[in-house]
Amino acid sequence: MSGEMRVWAVILVIAAVTAAIRFAPFVLFGGRRGTPLLLERLGKILPSAVMGMLVVYCLKDTQISQPGSILPAAAACLVTGALYVWRRNSLLSIVGGTVCYMFLVQVVFA
Amino acid sequence: MGDRKSERALFKAALIDTLPVMSGYIVLGIGFGMIMKSAGYSIAMAAAMSLLIYAGSMQYAAVGLLTGGASFLTVILTTVMVNARHLFYGISMLDKYRDTGIRKPYLIFSLTDETYSLVCGDVPGRDHGEQTSYRFYVSLLDQCYWVLGSIAGAVAGTVLSFNSKGIDFALTALFLTVFLDQWMHTRDHGPALIGVGASVLSLLLFGASSFLLPAMIMITAALILKGRREVS
Repeated sequence: MSGEMRVWAVILVIAAVTAAIRFAPFVLFGGRRGTPLLLERLGKILPSAVMGMLVVYCLKDTQISQPGSILPAAAACLVTGALYVWRRNSLLSIVGGTVCYMFLVQVVFA
Repeated sequence: MGDRKSERALFKAALIDTLPVMSGYIVLGIGFGMIMKSAGYSIAMAAAMSLLIYAGSMQYAAVGLLTGGASFLTVILTTVMVNARHLFYGISMLDKYRDTGIRKPYLIFSLTDETYSLVCGDVPGRDHGEQTSYRFYVSLLDQCYWVLGSIAGAVAGTVLSFNSKGIDFALTALFLTVFLDQWMHTRDHGPALIGVGASVLSLLLFGASSFLLPAMIMITAALILKGRREVS
């Protein structure tokens, strides 16, 4: 296989596996018989658990022992959360938290 | 489908709600395009990956797999490990994506972390058709941002005048606001605490590069046990 062909083959394999993962629950449990009870219950409570997991996933490379890593992340999360609890406006809170984070990593802890 | 006016209103709502994803995806897409270009791959390859794979962290990982000449088995295993969390999204969208007609395959294909965070809740006062239209517009807009960003990055190469360091925090902030929103709208905080607790525990035990899969297993087990205890 030539270099370029191999690149395209790898791209297609990743695309196929990714799509297979995304379609799997629907293919396995999406039939006319309806969703199995266990999965239906799981599906209802998963969103909150998954969002918690995604927040941790985003922060996974934060180094607790390095002030330049932990402080901007902690401060920006606090700003995001406080703005959200205060105004209930996600756009405001995301922009506020991100601007805070960018300022800290670019200027304060540069 | 509803009348055109309400379709337009749903599109507008989707556009506004996806603005945070737009900023994150365009910047991360540009980053991906630039990495692809500087590793010697074509604009067409970068664009094809964002069109066909459409999974941010996997596409970043893919550049390493391509340059490192990884075997197909490694490629498949890495994809499964990085993307397994998408199984969760499908499970919790099973009922919501039932009877969504011709748009169903695309809705499922385009279920990324960010899209999921915007479509997993129901907006009160919308019927199933309107929810579906809204979810479809969110999904489509998100992928447009990602593809446009990737192409822009691959075209621009390494020239970027604006210091975007840290802008990827927009995605962390997005998940955090969805998390808080769900927290404030539910009485049972068990699932949220299980999600955070199991992920942190897994991160401490297995490290940043391989904590996701064990975290998913722990979350599933804990939620099933919790449900069983409440039923009995």
